[in-house]
Amino acid sequence: MPEGTRAVLDGSEIDRALTRIAHEVLERTKGGHGVTLLGIPSRGVPLAARLAERIERVENLAVPHGSLDITMYRDDLRTAPPRALGRTEIPAGGLDDRVVVLVDDVLFSGRTVRAALDALNDLGRPRAVQLAVLVDRGHRELPIRADYVGKNLPTSLRESVTVRLTETDGHDAVLLGPSRPSPATALNRRPAAEPPSRPKRTSGTSGTEGKDS
Amino acid sequence: MRHLLSTGDLTRDEAVLILDTAAELAQVGDRSVKKLPTLRGRTVVNLFYEDSTRTRTSFEIAAKRLSADVVNFSAKGSSVSKGESLKDTALTLQAMGADGVVIRHSASGAAHRLANWVDGSVLNAGDGTHEHPTQALLDAYTVRARLGRLEGLRVAIVGDILHSRVARSNVLLLTTLGAHVTLVAPPTLLPVSVHTWPCEVSYDLDDVLPKSDVVMMLRVQAERMHASFFPSVREYSRGYGIDGARLARMPEDAIVMHPGPMVRGMEISAEVADSPRCTVVEQVANGVSLRMAVLYLLLGGS
Amino acid sequence: MPDTHGPHLIRGARPLGGDPVDILLADGRIAAIGTDPTAPEGAEVVDGTGLIALPGLVDLHTHLREPGREDAETVETGSRSAAMGGYTAVHAMANTDPVADTAGVVEQVWRLGREAGYCDVRPVGAVTVGLAGERLSEIGAMAKSAAAVRVFSDDGICVSDALLMRRALEYVKAFDGVVAQHAQEPRLTEGAQMNEGCVSDRLGLPGWPAVAEEAIIARDCLLAQHVGSRLHVCHVSTKGSVDIIRWAKARGCDVTAEVTPHHLLLTDELVENYDPIYKVNPPLRTAEDVQALREGLADGTIDVVATDHAPHPVEAKETEWSTAAMGMVGLETALAVVQRTMVDTGLLTWADVADRMSAAPARIGRVADHGRDLAVGEPANVVLYDPAAPYEADGAAMVTKSSNTPFRGMTLPGRVRATFLRGAPTVLAGEIK
Repeated sequence: MPEGTRAVLDGSEIDRALTRIAHEVLERTKGGHGVTLLGIPSRGVPLAARLAERIERVENLAVPHGSLDITMYRDDLRTAPPRALGRTEIPAGGLDDRVVVLVDDVLFSGRTVRAALDALNDLGRPRAVQLAVLVDRGHRELPIRADYVGKNLPTSLRESVTVRLTETDGHDAVLLGPSRPSPATALNRRPAAEPPSRPKRTSGTSGTEGKDS
Repeated sequence: MRHLLSTGDLTRDEAVLILDTAAELAQVGDRSVKKLPTLRGRTVVNLFYEDSTRTRTSFEIAAKRLSADVVNFSAKGSSVSKGESLKDTALTLQAMGADGVVIRHSASGAAHRLANWVDGSVLNAGDGTHEHPTQALLDAYTVRARLGRLEGLRVAIVGDILHSRVARSNVLLLTTLGAHVTLVAPPTLLPVSVHTWPCEVSYDLDDVLPKSDVVMMLRVQAERMHASFFPSVREYSRGYGIDGARLARMPEDAIVMHPGPMVRGMEISAEVADSPRCTVVEQVANGVSLRMAVLYLLLGGS
Repeated sequence: MPDTHGPHLIRGARPLGGDPVDILLADGRIAAIGTDPTAPEGAEVVDGTGLIALPGLVDLHTHLREPGREDAETVETGSRSAAMGGYTAVHAMANTDPVADTAGVVEQVWRLGREAGYCDVRPVGAVTVGLAGERLSEIGAMAKSAAAVRVFSDDGICVSDALLMRRALEYVKAFDGVVAQHAQEPRLTEGAQMNEGCVSDRLGLPGWPAVAEEAIIARDCLLAQHVGSRLHVCHVSTKGSVDIIRWAKARGCDVTAEVTPHHLLLTDELVENYDPIYKVNPPLRTAEDVQALREGLADGTIDVVATDHAPHPVEAKETEWSTAAMGMVGLETALAVVQRTMVDTGLLTWADVADRMSAAPARIGRVADHGRDLAVGEPANVVLYDPAAPYEADGAAMVTKSSNTPFRGMTLPGRVRATFLRGAPTVLAGEIK
């Protein structure tokens, strides 16, 4: 663990948070009927799968889940070299008239969610769209809020929040540490984020940070 | 990547990134809203000095699916036909704020020259007998989609190698991606230095076919016959055309490709062209996704 | 036109690279050579310290473009460029518009050269009417004109018809003339854009095979020997051509040959970026050819260095490769390129350079009063060259009207400091007069 970094959630705490969110989703959607979970790559995708699995365990109800890549809808494409695309997998049956729950690891500026709403708009017409995040670290730049929050984590803009998941990183943890230089951030998030020959550039504001949404 | 002029400029990672990006973008064609906002506010100019409705349309659809503004600047009906030089045309496009120029030209190297004169990205859509990078990329994409890989595959490229920009781009790209290429043609239609290219050469199609996972047929212009490249269409077709009997000698899952437009009865029989093992139509469909990927990677970032 | 002038005393220059001496030029002749010769009253002193003195250079192959393409070069601008390169005589090629295929046109070019006064302009007459390769032009009339033409060439186009070539070789014997052949088999080079080989195949540019040059040279050598005439081969560019000329000379054929500075230095790899500044005919060849050309020039198989100075306006080069004009300017860089490729490599002495760039071309072109020894009593055609003045070549800084130099951006080892034509300085202190 890099110097100055500390764990704010460990594996079992993440586990409990997700279980709680699963229950809240069932409660708010009156049993989970018509719900489709869409994870935002990369770490929103395994989180969506875990939520689907928990809902099935609790209610014995198979909830469709998939992924929604927002790269092509980002508002900061021109500030960095082109990014590699994540997967978009819409479950069979599509999104029309579904209650779509977007799932992401960290809610930050809100720009990722804005992009996701635009992407959804091109894919179908859900009855409602909700948002589930593992961590809400504040500092919103758009009028967006989460419907389900695993943990509210007050942070300063100089700090960074890192989510690690077994599926992508080998273990579960949420880490709070000093802000890392942006290029490393971009690399951590998406290993194939850019063609190797391109020069890396540092980017500026919180909204353009690759990690946080 | 600033420009796409030659597949020889692509590293393996860059080439794979293009193919992977195309694979993701292929979904867009299946959606009800076949459009992404990515290149909103960017201008792509299709600068076509040769008639090629297929290629121009493919680029146009690709750019429009990414929400770019597309301007078709064709040689006919513009100042180009009044003798304006390529450089002056380039400066005009520059002044109009073109972010990307897709150029098709009968002169080898025209895309390279253009890249010296404009600030935007230049995309080579076929320059003379030099290269046609997006065709090679969509061919590679199609092979990977059909056969699951490129590494170690045996690919035969058959026909007028000497005059083919598709062959040049494919030899370079397929080699970069780990495939083994064999060029098959009568000696008159092979470059004199072909022995220095990173591939095998054969004059005997029947010898090569059973050992090939992919056979790419190139268009052969009948006019070549008048320049004594081969004695007659019939003799060419007998030696280097693919028909049902030859297809049967290939491995069971081997595929037949063609960049189009096909000359049925010359290099490919109708039976093969219409066979499910012939990928011509897929190649066209994949062309749009592939060109979206290239446009995104060239113009989508800073 | 250069100013009228008095005597000049060159102090401490090294004739043919030898020991420093003083050279007095007076009344159009070399008046004295030695240490501290007595200079007449008012003689202008030229500091020759560190400079090589050579007889004024003679170019067998220059395109002055006038009449017809005065936008690229004129007789005046071209002969100024020649003087700047150390030349005191140039042969103006016949492919002008109108073609120099009549006494009228060659006399016009000759007269324009006299009026400009920077060097002796010797017109080359066309072998065939309009360079069309169909019937002989009036070679006799041109030979007997005021221009006294001795070199005949359809340069730019090959006299490919074997019978017509035979007749031309025979016919010029009556005037002690020579046919300078542009060796290029036309069918083998239809649409050709560059040397045929690895680079052309990769770039997808139609190839200009070496055999297209070599086949014509072999044929012409045999023809020239058969009819007992003189043959000169323009711009030899391939290893095979050198071999064939060496063979022809060994069997007694009266053949001479030239090589251009660009073929002594540059290779077809430069075409890689499709910049037409490197487009020339015959094309740039391979490193192996360059080496063979240097060796051929060193052993005398190739007799002379000729520039094939071919000016073109900017728009003829700022275009796509296949539509660009062929040719490069070369007068002002020739001596420096020869130094770099032949002298600095130990292949030629400065005395050899004087032979290849002055004496031999004057002999082939039958140019009286040029290409003579640096000796008392000889015409004062002298060039002073600084072999230790490296500079970066730049077409825009040249005296020629055009700027299409392939040496752009390259560092060349030396510069001409002064050129004297019959004792009159055309270049002094590195500046054109």
